[in-house]
Amino acid sequence: MINIDWSSFTPWTALSGGVLIGIAAAILIIFNGRIAGISGILAGLLVPQKKETLWRAAFILGIVATPFIWSSFATLPAIQIDAGYPVLIVAGLLVGIGTAYGSGCTSGHGVCGMSRLSLRSVVATISFMFAGFVTVYIVRHLIGA
Amino acid sequence: MKFSLVSLISGLLFGAGLLLSGMANPAKVLGFLDLAGTWDPSLALVMGGAILVGLVAFSFAKKQTVSVLGFDMKLPKTTAINKRLIIGSIGFGVGWGLAGFCPGPALVAFGAGETKAIVFVAAMIAGIAAFQVVERKQRTG
Repeated sequence: MINIDWSSFTPWTALSGGVLIGIAAAILIIFNGRIAGISGILAGLLVPQKKETLWRAAFILGIVATPFIWSSFATLPAIQIDAGYPVLIVAGLLVGIGTAYGSGCTSGHGVCGMSRLSLRSVVATISFMFAGFVTVYIVRHLIGA
Repeated sequence: MKFSLVSLISGLLFGAGLLLSGMANPAKVLGFLDLAGTWDPSLALVMGGAILVGLVAFSFAKKQTVSVLGFDMKLPKTTAINKRLIIGSIGFGVGWGLAGFCPGPALVAFGAGETKAIVFVAAMIAGIAAFQVVERKQRTG
């Protein structure tokens, strides 16, 4: 039985935020012919290639600058990070190595790949979603119980 | 110039979408991944909304050889479903479930100046770099 947390459910901001993410990915592919895969763009910056570095840097700069611009117009939404430093370091390493080895993350496989109807990306998305569900189950209900 | 400007705008909209949707908040992400607790289904709608727009954009892009601004259309050609893809994605999913951060939201929280996000991003970049070093060594034997 799934017990839904209605008090935390925010369908409209979730849906409109999702649409905004979709528009961002659409702009990048339609105007620039590039995939908005964040892990791939970040990895590409570490081994700079001619003509492929500036756009990547600009994209990452845009994402990083968002909170700054947002906070000059409105209050920044909550960012609550409960994990401690050792967990954050292990998790960061896993996310870095995993996305590099699996060639993508939630944006590249999850949004762009699924939108391209790529079976490869569907398999990747199912894999990381499944691993995410299992990990939280273990941490919160087996270890934390 | 136009190329980078479009990328910057795309990055800004992407980041705004992550903030608005709640995706940049690890506590909310973990609420979505916690099926056995009290489940917050919001983030399924983030993915749904993004893919809804993406489906239209990519079906258009697939038919083009160059982008609207005349750049080459770089759509991924790999279709292989192999061990690398699955093991890598599972490793990523475990990290995602541990911290509640995937790469985009981590960069947004990094930009918000959250110390914990800065540490996570540093570890993530170290992970990508370590992978690249190992790959290069294997390739050159």
